[in-house]
Amino acid sequence: MPSADSAIFGRLTLDAIPYHEPILLVTFVATALLGLAVVWWVTRAGAWGYLWREWITSIDHKKIGIMYIILGLVMLMRGFADALLMRAQQAIAFGESAGYLPSHHYDQIFTAHGVIMIFFVAMPLVTGLMNYIVPLQIGARDVAFPFLNNFSFWMTVGGAVLVMASLFVGEFARTGWLAYPPLSGVAYSPGVGVDYYIWALQIAGVGTTLSGINLIATIVKMRAPGMTMMRMPIFTWTALCTNVLIVASFPVLGATLALLALDRYVGTNFFTNDLGGNPMMYVNLIWIWGHPEVYILILPAFGVFSEVVSTFSGKRLFGYTSMVYATVVITILSYLVWLHHFFTMGSGASVNAFFGITTMIISIPTGAKIFNWLFTMYRGRVRFELPMMWTIAFMLTFVVGGMTGVMLAVPPADFILHNSLFLVAHFHHVIIGGVVFGMFAGIVFWFPKAFGFRLDPYWGTWSFWFWVVGFYVAFMPLYVLGLMGVTRRLNQFADPSLQVWFVIAAFGAVLIALGIACFVIQIAVSILRRDQLRDTTGDPWHGRTLEWSTSSPPPDYNFAFTPVVHDLDAWEDMKRRGYKRPVSGFRPIHMPKNTWAGVVLAGLATLCGFALIWHIWWLAALSFLTLIATAIFHTFNYDRDFHIPVEDVVRTEGQRTTLLARA
Amino acid sequence: MLARLLHTPPNRRAWLLLLPMLTMLGGCEAVLLSPSGDIAVQQRNLMIASTVLMLLIVIPVMVLTVLVAWRYRASNRTATYDPEWNHSLALEVAIWTVPLLIVIAIGALTWLGTHLLDPYRPLKRIDAERHGAALVEPLQVEVVALDWKWLFFYPQLGIASLNELAAPVDRPLSFKLTSTSVMNSFYIPALAGQIYAMPGMETKLHAVINAPGVYKGFSANYSGAGFSRMHFNFLGLSQGDFDGWAAKVKAQGSPLDRAAYAAIEKPSEAEPARYFSSVEDGLYNAILNMCTKPGQMCMSEMMHIDSMGGAGKESSHNWQKLRYDSHRAGSMDGFGHGPGHSHEPPGPPGDQPQPGGASAPAAPHH
Repeated sequence: MPSADSAIFGRLTLDAIPYHEPILLVTFVATALLGLAVVWWVTRAGAWGYLWREWITSIDHKKIGIMYIILGLVMLMRGFADALLMRAQQAIAFGESAGYLPSHHYDQIFTAHGVIMIFFVAMPLVTGLMNYIVPLQIGARDVAFPFLNNFSFWMTVGGAVLVMASLFVGEFARTGWLAYPPLSGVAYSPGVGVDYYIWALQIAGVGTTLSGINLIATIVKMRAPGMTMMRMPIFTWTALCTNVLIVASFPVLGATLALLALDRYVGTNFFTNDLGGNPMMYVNLIWIWGHPEVYILILPAFGVFSEVVSTFSGKRLFGYTSMVYATVVITILSYLVWLHHFFTMGSGASVNAFFGITTMIISIPTGAKIFNWLFTMYRGRVRFELPMMWTIAFMLTFVVGGMTGVMLAVPPADFILHNSLFLVAHFHHVIIGGVVFGMFAGIVFWFPKAFGFRLDPYWGTWSFWFWVVGFYVAFMPLYVLGLMGVTRRLNQFADPSLQVWFVIAAFGAVLIALGIACFVIQIAVSILRRDQLRDTTGDPWHGRTLEWSTSSPPPDYNFAFTPVVHDLDAWEDMKRRGYKRPVSGFRPIHMPKNTWAGVVLAGLATLCGFALIWHIWWLAALSFLTLIATAIFHTFNYDRDFHIPVEDVVRTEGQRTTLLARA
Repeated sequence: MLARLLHTPPNRRAWLLLLPMLTMLGGCEAVLLSPSGDIAVQQRNLMIASTVLMLLIVIPVMVLTVLVAWRYRASNRTATYDPEWNHSLALEVAIWTVPLLIVIAIGALTWLGTHLLDPYRPLKRIDAERHGAALVEPLQVEVVALDWKWLFFYPQLGIASLNELAAPVDRPLSFKLTSTSVMNSFYIPALAGQIYAMPGMETKLHAVINAPGVYKGFSANYSGAGFSRMHFNFLGLSQGDFDGWAAKVKAQGSPLDRAAYAAIEKPSEAEPARYFSSVEDGLYNAILNMCTKPGQMCMSEMMHIDSMGGAGKESSHNWQKLRYDSHRAGSMDGFGHGPGHSHEPPGPPGDQPQPGGASAPAAPHH
């Protein structure tokens, strides 16, 4: 019976706080203390106003890009903590021992690990890098829709906040990261876990879709004069293809989750067992989003490697045209392979064979890319700086990960490997070896552009080696276990002879943890030693593309004069032709104004999501109506732009002239 | 020629190339590399053949990457430096063609192998030597994935077993599979590749075990809290031993009727093996059609009505009788606080479901 309590709080009661779970309680206390320390520190520094004005409300694509990357790195800590918990459980839970994580806890952890790593680590890192670099590479002053950019970011944060909230209020889904029905249906997962999953992804998904539209418009419409499509830097090309994939696939995710939500909230039967529902439809739909998603992550990483390998070989990229075509072919093919995720669900042989073969066809353009990077080094002068080391580690790692992927694409082989630890090893092989290595290469490569000083190479090298060695130690045993017929998502094992492999894998995870620690130390040390690591030229690596032509960090307006492009590798071309930086003739620059609307709208959306999760209907209705009203109200804000006065431009450019003269 | 590769034991050179991997696996039982069923053997052969084909390109790429990166290191001033060199038609053709040729080879293997090893295809051979004529009538097994255990019906023998599956060596096995609540995947690595078992749907698998032994079987798709303990033993027995096993099931087992099934269906973990000496008529089909409980209407019946043009507004009376999931709500421990209660179906009693009916209600597209 609905009581007064449930009318006000829905199904949220004090029981939802897991104070009886020691692990969660300690985590909660630690997180709360850390949070309070940050709040105290910001307050003491009197920095709330600064944060609000310069970051939270900022529509500057550079600041938003940095915030995305910070979000990704913070969530990496959470996602990796989950990984360590799982590795520890699997290393000890043998025979009579049930380990230390009961099913209902362990199953949340592997679900959260997958969701967090894909949606709130990999996606923010990729989006952040694209946000920061793309406008600079094409000589633009911001993205096409700066306010939308800010809103997209805060929606992504909103999703992350809900996932984090599920740790301390209620529970997260216990379904695996794609929440297949009927398990994720209300009959078999009646708790709030799947609802947290649905609304976190819906809210973050809105942000991702809008950010995709934004970057497509930016790349298509805002390139500097002379930059034809076939003169775009490869990273921008991969960003374009990735965002096309986002815009074409994320609505499918949104629709699929909306149907699942309808099943759970209003009793429809899209994916139920009974009354005509079809759970296999969900599996098809979610993978029609899910497969493009992995290319959404890997394409920008390919772009980073292309920029890095060309820059650090001091040489033009080999086969630019075939690189572009390879990227486009991968983009298209990524829509024709989704069924390879469920060959074992009873499709006919011809259907399975078709999807198996389309999957292997993707390896052709991917192979071409690997060769292109190889021949870019050929007859180059390869400098083994950190970004290049990540790139070579990627090339050696990714070809093997790709090979195990093609093994899984052969349907009869997939019948024995599907859902095994071999599969888990494969996708970590390509995601860590591809996306993560790519993001580290990108972060180290472009860090001096964003902050004006390089990252300390000593700690970076330690981080690199711990990551690479740790990856192999952690995941090669999983291939072996897969061949021994061990399936994924188990929290207990009967066969003690498997234990040694899990212990090795857990040790590998510890090595990766050291890699992450060294990365954090690297950033801290770099900040402390920033004066020694300072780059005043804006071009510390002898870069080839336009982002290196401006100062580090770039001014708010990126370029005082829009550059004119005559060649691929525009900046290299300008340097070779003896480009002289203009020092006079500046004019006021038209720029967008910061706005509170993004963070407020996303906050309301998050509140609405929380209310829907807990069935607090009045709050859901109120926050949704407020959200709509605020959005409408914001459309009447005509005070959206301003001109940077010419004196400011002259002063900023004058400082750069002084710096350049000193360098 | 390619088909032959599938049908013969893996060729010797392939094994040589895999030596490093095998040494790594030395001492541990990599069941996927040395299975005991002919289907699994052929699947392994295909996996190894495609790996070898890919290593033809993967190994040279890895070696070249290291060699080129080292040769053209910045400190090596003797190496040619040509910063403008970025195109070579011959190389470009090669880097697209070589992977293409390899994919054509693996693609051809894939097309053939996928059809030959289609789990729905009745067996045409017992092993590499024994084809066609040697085939005896397959042993039928109906498999039901429950929360969290496996139930096996042997319709030809009229018996059933829980969490233990037995089969005579070298006799073709013909599985039909379904599930009661969520998706599971039926997998005995030593026997053959897996196939999903899904509620209200039926999948099929054909396989044969070629060596006696006790093999592991389990669910390979996460299905909830008891998933980790959802395994069973698969006994490959000589014909004599199998007959003895069947006699033991008949002698030691209890009858399996709908009432007994209702008790088994309740979620439980790590169930020991149990035997059933007889099985109520049509029980498997009732499970498949989601109508084992009194008052429930079978899906096959509703589909029959629909195929005859539907019953119009009258059908709304059937809605309550066709509900299935909601009756089971709470059975899978909602909040981490242990199993909840399951409701009795509210439909009118005495409306006995029709066992049997149409064969496969919503069989996945095949």
